[in-house]
Amino acid sequence: MSTHDTGAPPGGGPFLLGVRHHGPGSARAVRAALEQCAPAAVLIEGPPEADGLVPLAAQDGMRPPVALLAHVQDDPGRAAFWPLAEFSPEWVAMRWALEHGVPVRFIDLPAAHTLAMTDEAGDENEQDGEGERHGEGERGGDRGPAGEEVAGRGRGQEQTQPGEADRDEDGVRVDPIRVLAEAAGYDDPERWWEDVVEHRAGTGAARPGGPDADALAPFAALAEAMGALRETYGDAGHDRDPVREAHMRLQLHTARREFGDAVAVVCGAWHVPALRRRTTVTADRRLLKGLPKVKTAVTWVPWTHRRLARRSGYGAGIASPGWYGHLFSAPDRPVERWLTKVAGLLREEDYAVSSAHVIEAVRLAEGLATVRGRPLAGLTELDDAVRAVMGDGSDAPSALIHDRLVVGEVLGEVPEDAPAVPLQRDLARSQRTLRLKPEALERELELDLRKATDGGRSRLLHRLGLLGIPWGEPVRSRGSAGTFRETWRLRWEPELAVRVAEAGIWGTTVLTAATAKAASEASGAAALAEVTALAERCLLAGLPDALPVVMRALSDRAALDADVGHLAQALPALVRSVRYGDVRGTDAGALREVALGLAERVFVGLPPACLGLDADGAAEMRAHLDATHHAVALLAQPHSASEPHSASEPHSASEPHSASEPPSASEPSPAPGSRSAPGAPSVSEPSPAAGSRSAPERPSSEPPRGADAGLRARWAKVLRALSGREAVPGLLRGRAARLLLDDGQLDADGAEQLMGLALSPGTAPTDAAGWIEGFLGSGSGGDGGMLLVHDERLLALIDHWLTGVPDTAFTDVLPLLRRTFTEYEPGVRRTLGELIRRGPSAATSGHAGPATDAVTAAAPGFGPGLDRDRAAAVLPTLRLLLGIGQHGFDEERSGTNNAVNDLTGAMS
Amino acid sequence: MPELINDTTDGTQATAEGAADGQALRPHAEDSFAGELKALAAADDRPRPARWRLSPWAVATYLLGGTLADGTVITPKYVGPRRIVEVAVTTLATDRALLLLGVPGTAKTWVSEHLAAAVSGDSTLLVQGTAGTPEEAIRYGWNYAQLLAHGPSREALVPSPVMRAMAQGMTARVEELTRIPADVQDTLITVLSEKTLPIPELGQEVQAVRGFNLIATANDRDRGVNELSSALRRRFNTVVLPLPATPEDEVDIVSRRVGQIGRSLELPPAPEGLEEIRRVVTVFRELRDGLTTDGRTKLKSPSGTLSTAEAISVVTNGLALATHFGDGVLRAGDVAAGILGAVVRDPAADRVVWQEYLETVVRERDGWKDFYRACREVSA
Repeated sequence: MSTHDTGAPPGGGPFLLGVRHHGPGSARAVRAALEQCAPAAVLIEGPPEADGLVPLAAQDGMRPPVALLAHVQDDPGRAAFWPLAEFSPEWVAMRWALEHGVPVRFIDLPAAHTLAMTDEAGDENEQDGEGERHGEGERGGDRGPAGEEVAGRGRGQEQTQPGEADRDEDGVRVDPIRVLAEAAGYDDPERWWEDVVEHRAGTGAARPGGPDADALAPFAALAEAMGALRETYGDAGHDRDPVREAHMRLQLHTARREFGDAVAVVCGAWHVPALRRRTTVTADRRLLKGLPKVKTAVTWVPWTHRRLARRSGYGAGIASPGWYGHLFSAPDRPVERWLTKVAGLLREEDYAVSSAHVIEAVRLAEGLATVRGRPLAGLTELDDAVRAVMGDGSDAPSALIHDRLVVGEVLGEVPEDAPAVPLQRDLARSQRTLRLKPEALERELELDLRKATDGGRSRLLHRLGLLGIPWGEPVRSRGSAGTFRETWRLRWEPELAVRVAEAGIWGTTVLTAATAKAASEASGAAALAEVTALAERCLLAGLPDALPVVMRALSDRAALDADVGHLAQALPALVRSVRYGDVRGTDAGALREVALGLAERVFVGLPPACLGLDADGAAEMRAHLDATHHAVALLAQPHSASEPHSASEPHSASEPHSASEPPSASEPSPAPGSRSAPGAPSVSEPSPAAGSRSAPERPSSEPPRGADAGLRARWAKVLRALSGREAVPGLLRGRAARLLLDDGQLDADGAEQLMGLALSPGTAPTDAAGWIEGFLGSGSGGDGGMLLVHDERLLALIDHWLTGVPDTAFTDVLPLLRRTFTEYEPGVRRTLGELIRRGPSAATSGHAGPATDAVTAAAPGFGPGLDRDRAAAVLPTLRLLLGIGQHGFDEERSGTNNAVNDLTGAMS
Repeated sequence: MPELINDTTDGTQATAEGAADGQALRPHAEDSFAGELKALAAADDRPRPARWRLSPWAVATYLLGGTLADGTVITPKYVGPRRIVEVAVTTLATDRALLLLGVPGTAKTWVSEHLAAAVSGDSTLLVQGTAGTPEEAIRYGWNYAQLLAHGPSREALVPSPVMRAMAQGMTARVEELTRIPADVQDTLITVLSEKTLPIPELGQEVQAVRGFNLIATANDRDRGVNELSSALRRRFNTVVLPLPATPEDEVDIVSRRVGQIGRSLELPPAPEGLEEIRRVVTVFRELRDGLTTDGRTKLKSPSGTLSTAEAISVVTNGLALATHFGDGVLRAGDVAAGILGAVVRDPAADRVVWQEYLETVVRERDGWKDFYRACREVSA
């Protein structure tokens, strides 16, 4: 009581109530103390700018957890938070004062100074390469929503100030609680504090029930301990504390002059000795002179328990807001009540938990507390007891309890007439700079992303979309379909303002809020495809900080997803993002990395997944096969190649592919060119085949580099394995063979061999028909009919097989074949029909003969021999189509195109 | 009845004969660590539950190790989280029984033996659970010669270890509880809830004396073989014994055990093999945790347990290969086949897991080229 006497003369004030921020025991004690001494004014550690906001706390719409938010007027990104939970002593004091009509003053250093000082500190940090622009509020998107609660309440006595938290890591600062805990033989300072203060204060003298107990005694004892600590450690590395404490002393002085001595001060226990120190007003004023200052705005924002919890990155938060809330609100028997709550939760989740379990858990928890020498079973004991008694030793219920009860998802509310959230201001500012006025009238907006302003507009709209503020709705562009164009339909509806206010919990600027939201969505997404879509949106919205988190989530999901289908579905969007990132000039390196990893997983998982599928499953898998094939082709393309035509090439994966598809389908024909050459340049079909021949050569002939080459090779290996595996359905085997053929990984002989195997008499006819569908079906890979027109051996094989199908099986096979062949263009079908009608003789003779002699070999539908004059007549047209001059025809083409080579050879 | 109790007051008498002259291959815990137990009992001034040799605090110290005030060093019997041991000991002080769960090779039996030795000074009241464990092993049997000669009487009764523990207020142990057929398991329900064992043939019962409790062990992976009925389950507090927490712990355990086994198999020590052991442990841990050690890539986990015990056998096996067919140095090739066998238990699913691991993790890792190649060779 001696300390008590010096600081607060009996019967008078000031009453210095040193607390631990967010300590339920402290909160109870504060309430008891206030009841006992009934002060004339309550002074609270917090930014004085918020004095005007205190009455809002009494309103119905106000539900903790909430936070006081102070930010620089024109730069909402520089902000600091003072979170308050229901069990925060400051909140309790505030409510008490409001209920009793006692004035409340905040006495900490004004946010105008702290924010300005943070700015300086931030600049220093930036030079260190930390890149900490906005205080610590936005150190990256991966730290949970709303940036971080920078200046939030420190653990125990310290109040972390902007710019100071970093010191923790450097070990410059001393943790006073840790020192006390170590002195008491505890390894965990939190636990010591709980044992000594929170649990005791909850059950002991501070309980209002004890009339003869002095509600101020615990504060006196604590102040004494703190005084001893501060004598040893000074300000313990909190170099801003002297200034803050000087300000608090001055404020206390002013308040005492106004209200008399009976004022109560609720502040971190750490500050109590400093407030008690006798200094002159002038000395304190001197300390406060010349502090930097910025214009600030203050408001209340809703807060959540999760953000009070330490693990969301709150450097010095509390680990278990839900538990503290329970300790604060439980009238008695906290252990029993807690375990009953746990049992209720577990029952909801279908765990069989009876009252007997609760009884046993209480006994075990209390036994454990005894063995460990603690006054009351704490969260550790309760967790152990629940795990052993109710959870059968498994972690699942513990995790559930931690999530739902220990942290407890509680979302605060703020009355509507609280000042505007900074996000709104930031949005207004962006709207001004981007000259994009919110109008209720619907209008369309064409954006050319190559222009800086338009790019900014697009990003803003995408970010708002991510935040659930659908101001603009993307519309399919009319006319040009380039990636650099976007069309939006804009319409500002009044309720969007509400959405903006709601989104305020994610951050103080549109950028940080969108980043935080994206990161949170990434970790919450259920399906792999959701995450890939999110990655795409992050690129569109220009959220580079969110991308690592999303990528992380993506690779995690991919690693754990056992369904190859999901992986294959996710791959195309991801590859598209990679390409898109290239176009926009964003660094898509990480994205590419993940895409490669995903492809690798698909390669490994695909062959086993293809075994033993029914018809529907096979059809689905074929789509995955095609999708993966496209994605791999796109992914394996060298970066440089994409540059020149990137602007004009739309971002869809199919586009570049479809350009290269038909010609590469006929690519194999050059290989056995000597034999089939006379057939290839047939007059009937010159244009599609020859016309684009030069174009497709590029991607495949340009040697892909490094890992990309390996990727293609590995994919080819997977396809080859698929095409040769008996247990794989015919549809997939055929498809794999076709993809190999298209890629030039399989020559015509190989294809013929595979087809021969697939169509040999031993195979079930339906399986064989499936193979044909896979191999020749159009799918997304272009028309298989052309293949048949040009390779008469394949046609002959099919013809031969079809005639050998037994009558009984024919009706089964027919629908499959129809499905395959009806997809062909009418022209192709007609040609095929004509070829078949000519009979197998031509084909078989072509097949049987050695066919080296161009004169004897005859293309189906043509007479033997070559009419040189008629062939020569075609040449000018061919040249035109190929874009080759008279000269250089031979030189340029001789090595690459056997068909043409043969033709000219035959002519000369 | 008195005779029954007399018969077993010094319950170790049958085995003590072997242990006394040092001939026992493996002496009981209470014999091997008799000195430590005595020192603990002398130094222990905390309250002891009825018929406990030590206070709960001292039992925890006995298991976890420490130094007593008089300087006696207590060796750690179990290396693991303190809170697990505390929960186990506290459970024994309540009237719920203790169920130790864990994958094979997590020292369940070891912990239960030492707990019984420290609490009751006797770890021999043991029922080994098997698929053929009869009800007599838990309740009581009959000495048929006596039964035929004198009819049913207490003299003709052959008590089970559980019955003896009840009568004397000791700790009984049941090993591999989930291997025991469900109907036999359920005989424990009366024992654990009513704390009594009726003998209808004699119209009598044996009531448990204060101090009686039961420790059961069960294998995590055997769940579902003979899963405990919920009535029985409710009588147990469950403690899961975890796998070694850090790679260093595990490497240490593996190399120590490999050294011991190697000596008994007369394999030469392979100091150069430490790197390979580290690698095996890394592979096991990564696949088990579903996460690479750098914490950056998630992985699928195979269906096998991949316990420390299996890592030990992989390394021992590799060592034998290296000694008899190689150059005596443990190399990647020697352990690759063993790892494959340990990982791929389910030919379809696990193979995918393994291939993915090889391609996404092993291939990229520095200095693991030889290992990757060796694994590719055996996996092909």
